[in-house]
Amino acid sequence: MSLEELYKEVILDHYRTPRNKGRVDPHDVALERNNPLCGDEIELFLKFDGETIQGIGFEGKGCSISQASASMMTEKIKGLTVKNAGELSESIKRMMAGEEEGDLNALGDLVSLKGVVKYPVRIKCALLGWNTLAEALQESSS
Amino acid sequence: MLDVETIRKDFPILDTLMHGRPLVWLDSASTSQKPRQVVDRMVRFYESENSNVHRGVYELSEKATAAYEGARAACGRFIGARNARSIIFTRGTTESINLVRYTWGRANVREGDEILVTEMEHHSNLIPWQLLAQETGATLRHLPIDDEGRLRMDLLDQHMTERTKLVAVGLMSNVLGTINPVRRLADAAHAVGARILVDAAQAAPHLPFDVNELDADFLAYSSHKMCGPTGAGVLYGREDLLEAMPPFHGGGEMIREVWADRATWNEIPYKFEAGTPNVAQAVGMGAAVEYLEDVGRDDIREHEKEMVAYAIERLEAAGAVVYGPRDVEERGGVASFNLDEVHPHDMATILDQEGICIRAGHHCAQPLMRRLDVAATARASFYLYNSPQDIDALVDALAKAKGWFA
Repeated sequence: MSLEELYKEVILDHYRTPRNKGRVDPHDVALERNNPLCGDEIELFLKFDGETIQGIGFEGKGCSISQASASMMTEKIKGLTVKNAGELSESIKRMMAGEEEGDLNALGDLVSLKGVVKYPVRIKCALLGWNTLAEALQESSS
Repeated sequence: MLDVETIRKDFPILDTLMHGRPLVWLDSASTSQKPRQVVDRMVRFYESENSNVHRGVYELSEKATAAYEGARAACGRFIGARNARSIIFTRGTTESINLVRYTWGRANVREGDEILVTEMEHHSNLIPWQLLAQETGATLRHLPIDDEGRLRMDLLDQHMTERTKLVAVGLMSNVLGTINPVRRLADAAHAVGARILVDAAQAAPHLPFDVNELDADFLAYSSHKMCGPTGAGVLYGREDLLEAMPPFHGGGEMIREVWADRATWNEIPYKFEAGTPNVAQAVGMGAAVEYLEDVGRDDIREHEKEMVAYAIERLEAAGAVVYGPRDVEERGGVASFNLDEVHPHDMATILDQEGICIRAGHHCAQPLMRRLDVAATARASFYLYNSPQDIDALVDALAKAKGWFA
């Protein structure tokens, strides 16, 4: 996938019209994280119903890859159990580290984020939302 | 007038292809490229002069020492220092500033004193003073900037007081390009009995200046931004201040006589150069000084004024917001900008595919980013090897990036 395809087919749709953008109130967990190198910011809001992630939203500003990746993430994990969401974020992190060559089907269209791996300095942009999610899930279970 | 075509032949890396396109290097404010003359000088050192300095009694050590001390003399001449004794070799500007923090700073700054910096400082001329203030109980104050990125000299009286012990200021901003009125700050500092430290990391490669005309007490600059190797830099200090200061690192070379429980110190500048120095890097830095002197520092400055004026004109015509002073007499060859539609990080990635290297981010100046009310900017910076064609390539690529996001 060329850079142009990555932007035009994957990133820009979510960047222009982010899904689940905005606070979730009331929420059970809110967590803000940023990328000190480039200033990308994500604040993630989670609302649980038992073990299920019932509501998710995010606020943030930053480059298109960081914001689009967070948008795709919220779409994917809404309705998942905490356990499944945690597993998904681990899969994404492994994929972005170039380690996951196994079953990428489970990731669905998130596989397209793999295009970012070719641009190593941008991987941390793509992972900002996912790292925030992993930390937020940990916080909620402790 | 610079002959840019001829100069470019001195820089082999400029012939590199990036993603199949000619490299367009617009990140010299981060680090400059190195001319063959500097690389060759370092190779010659390692191949025919290498040995430790100030130690061996054999001829090879004398050769190495002569090369090292010759570089010191060149680095002093470069900034108008009257005596090479006031030139301390360091790893770079950051270490130079930290040297002053740990030696002069700890010996002179007390609880209740004030340290004055500016809103546009690079982290390397901010964090050391934050740390010194925290450990001594001194107060850190910040001289604000106006909307064009110039220091608010009208507010100086409110920020400089009898309690001010040190003014730490960059001669040229790495983000805004602003050239600061350092002599006026020095006069004001000296009038209240304060010292002034000048961060010349950005200025030294691009502007001719003289430490005596600036009346600087300390001045720091780096080799790698001025065509020299990484790992070398200079701290200039007024001789009487250096004489009175305690040493920095302890170790070999910086001593005169050592007993089991105490020691006396070597004369300046060696008192501040513990251990085996970065000899080859210092020699390379000296070669960079000679290279820039041969090209002509006034001509480099004139060339960069033309480049930055052209860049501002073309970037603004392309719809970018360009930060910093409009008058090129007041700014160096740096253009930080933002395009509404394209985040700087996305822009830098897209431009990289075109072989164009720019910087995107906070440029180690987060307080300044907050003042400008932006998370990040893109920055193109220019040097003696850049031509207007480089700026044309930049603007063309920006149009392409804008097209993707449209």
